[in-house]
Amino acid sequence: MSVKNETVQSQTTQYLTFMLREEGFAIEISKVREVLDVTTMTRIPRMPEYLSGVINLRGNVVPVMDLGQKLGMGSIEYTKNTCIMIVELEVDANLVEMGVLTDSVQMVLDLNPEDIESVPKMGTNLNTEFIKGMGRQTEEKFLIILDIDKVLASEGEAALREMDSPASARAVVGATPEETVGAEA
Amino acid sequence: MADTEYAEVFREEAGELLEELETSLLELEKDPADLKIVSRVFRAMHTIKGSGAMFGFDDIAGFTHHVETALDKVRDGTVPVSTELIDLTLASRDHIRALLDAATGGGEADPAEGERIIAGLQALVGGGARDRAQAIAAPEVPAKEKDPTEGRRSHYRISIKPTPEFFVGGYTLEALTGDLDTLGESTVFMDAEHEGGGVLVLLTTDKGLNAIEDVLVFAESSCQVAVTVLAVEGEEDLEEHKKLGQILLERGEISADDLTTVLARQKPLGELLVGEKLVSRTSVDAALAEQRLVREAKEKATVAKGAESIRVASEKLDQLINLVGELVVTQARLSQVASHNKDAELVEPVEEVERLTAELRDCVLNIRMLPIGTTFAKFKRLVRDLSAELGKEVDMVTEGAETELDKNVIDQLGDPMVHLIRNSIDHGIESPEERELAGKPRKGTISLAAQHSGANVVITVTDDGKGLDAERIRQKGLEKGLLRPDAELSEQEIWNTIFTPGLSTAKTVTSVSGRGVGMDVVKSTVDALKGSVSVTRSVKGQGTTITIMLPLTLAIIDGLLVQVGETHFVLPLSQVEECVELTQEDITRFHERRMLPVRDQLVPYVRLRDFFAISGERPAREQMVISRINGDRFGLVLDGVVGEHQTVLKSLGWVYRNATGLSGSTILGNGHVALILDVANVMQCARREEHAALTN
Repeated sequence: MSVKNETVQSQTTQYLTFMLREEGFAIEISKVREVLDVTTMTRIPRMPEYLSGVINLRGNVVPVMDLGQKLGMGSIEYTKNTCIMIVELEVDANLVEMGVLTDSVQMVLDLNPEDIESVPKMGTNLNTEFIKGMGRQTEEKFLIILDIDKVLASEGEAALREMDSPASARAVVGATPEETVGAEA
Repeated sequence: MADTEYAEVFREEAGELLEELETSLLELEKDPADLKIVSRVFRAMHTIKGSGAMFGFDDIAGFTHHVETALDKVRDGTVPVSTELIDLTLASRDHIRALLDAATGGGEADPAEGERIIAGLQALVGGGARDRAQAIAAPEVPAKEKDPTEGRRSHYRISIKPTPEFFVGGYTLEALTGDLDTLGESTVFMDAEHEGGGVLVLLTTDKGLNAIEDVLVFAESSCQVAVTVLAVEGEEDLEEHKKLGQILLERGEISADDLTTVLARQKPLGELLVGEKLVSRTSVDAALAEQRLVREAKEKATVAKGAESIRVASEKLDQLINLVGELVVTQARLSQVASHNKDAELVEPVEEVERLTAELRDCVLNIRMLPIGTTFAKFKRLVRDLSAELGKEVDMVTEGAETELDKNVIDQLGDPMVHLIRNSIDHGIESPEERELAGKPRKGTISLAAQHSGANVVITVTDDGKGLDAERIRQKGLEKGLLRPDAELSEQEIWNTIFTPGLSTAKTVTSVSGRGVGMDVVKSTVDALKGSVSVTRSVKGQGTTITIMLPLTLAIIDGLLVQVGETHFVLPLSQVEECVELTQEDITRFHERRMLPVRDQLVPYVRLRDFFAISGERPAREQMVISRINGDRFGLVLDGVVGEHQTVLKSLGWVYRNATGLSGSTILGNGHVALILDVANVMQCARREEHAALTN
């Protein structure tokens, strides 16, 4: 551990650590609103696998994403430790909530900026855009700090892209599918 | 510059006044002899001027002053109401709007436009003065006769009780009493006992009631204002009684309200006066009648204001609706538990809660309901301006303006309606010459009608123009590749291609059709409101009717809860026509082709289990719910119908905003989430997928 710094500049940030397939991850705790046990989830049909469905969070319908699948690490298996982190993020200037399914939530960890190393250019097997840095938990143990906004926002963009096509096709009356496709091309 | 918070208050207030002004002006155009409307117009201008100056919008106040001066001449009958005057006043209304927007940081106002309007008005007023004799002959009652107090030294009791809003608006009582003092001799009694208490002014003036009300007019919305004529000089006898009241009031032994009540009882004194032959019966009758009129008019104004005056931020309403939504959900759960436990003691209170919740729900939803008439009124101006611009003569008639609709829906309905009307005037209604040749009246008619139909509101825009040219639309559709050459489309289907993006049959681009808004935008807006828009009638040479169908509210609907496997779905009950059973036998009989004869008609269907890829075995007896989409019957096959369900609509969240066949979600009594089906979307997708499967 590095010595206490003389300047106030090196402020510690709190992170919430969690596991995905025995691997440690972390996100800034300010993003996390609460952590829930897995409750009944309603799947939304005809949507990508990593979108697990929606849950009822005290009267609000909140979408949930399987982070394991989203990051290409395989879907999360439900155990008694499985939980949903409710993350807050800004979409089109509105604060929205989104559930993130993880294998287990571990602890709150204070990290100084000097404890965080930059993202290796390769070797993570993850989209480096989703990673903020590598947090040093102990001498040997590193955590992958996720940029959860980017992970989730990429979802919004994908949704927007997909939205364009069926909507415009829908408006065409009496057109055959192939013509619709032709019109879009 | 004015304080931004006050500026916002002023902007809102002025916005409302400007709208009212527009409506009044258009009414005045129809009925130029109605001096009441002139007064209304004048007051609106006066209030804008007054509060504009108060909040530091000097340019607005300055400009409005000129308009007001001109209107004053109209009010006292020196200048007649003419189309020119209306045009100029409408233009000045627009200019004030522009000034207002410019002052609050949106857009720019053209000072030259203001000067042009002022010059126009001055010329008109100057010119009007020469036609004075003629002008007086036209309107029967010059305004002066309406006010018996003007020109006579009279005593008034003016009680002003401000509401907290008054101070928020940046007014002070001192400013108001100061203004009153300029009219004559005034004595001011401030209620110092209560903070924000009222003020009582005794005023003696010969300027008349109108002048007083002009001073008070912009306090009226945020104060309880009561002006009582205590005595008109020459009617000495009344004074003694009123003085007693004043003294009591000064001492605080009687409230102003009590005094008014007591004073009301004194009315028969007029009779006494006649009996004593102090004044002639006719003059007392006249005075009383006038007084009554003034009072009634004021009372009416207060009632009307009371009906619309509580201003609440719409977020607060949304919050309330959310809470009621949750209450509805909780109540459903309670009912479920109660019926499960079979506790006889619980049955009654639970039923009561159910009834109350339903009432509360209706009440709360009702708060957000507004008559659609406010929107209709805005279109009058549009029709007037557009027809002038395009050299057409068009009348607009409305029907069912009182039909109520959720505010959110109304707000979003404006743009598509504007476009439909534009379209009707631009493409539908012919020029006066063409119309005469066709043996139709020169003036075309656009009629807007709204009516309730079950849980929907049906709005129709009808014109008596030339109708849609189905052949041309078809040609155009073929050209643009929007239609298949071999597609056999009904006339109605062809009409409805006008809502497809990229199809415009306008021969020339006018300023109206060149605005970059297409009929497809109308469709997408209405779709977003979970409604539908279609051409329902079009006869060559006789006109076109376009119908918009909208749900009453976007918050809570009656739904039919159905089940497929473990998943629950809700269908809007308004879309359900009937439910029938689908047995294995039926399926075999039709060789697995997805259709079933229902009432001598083959109904195609989609099995939700397949459409949504829901795992599990389907039951031997399935249920089929039949909906009607654009006139065609269409069935959805599912495992079972659970029953009716009060559905509080929830969005599925941003991630799922493009979910296929679903329009939202709701929470069931057991806390699980059910999905709301978008039947039309399911049908379209299924149809598209079937085509795709066949062609591959």
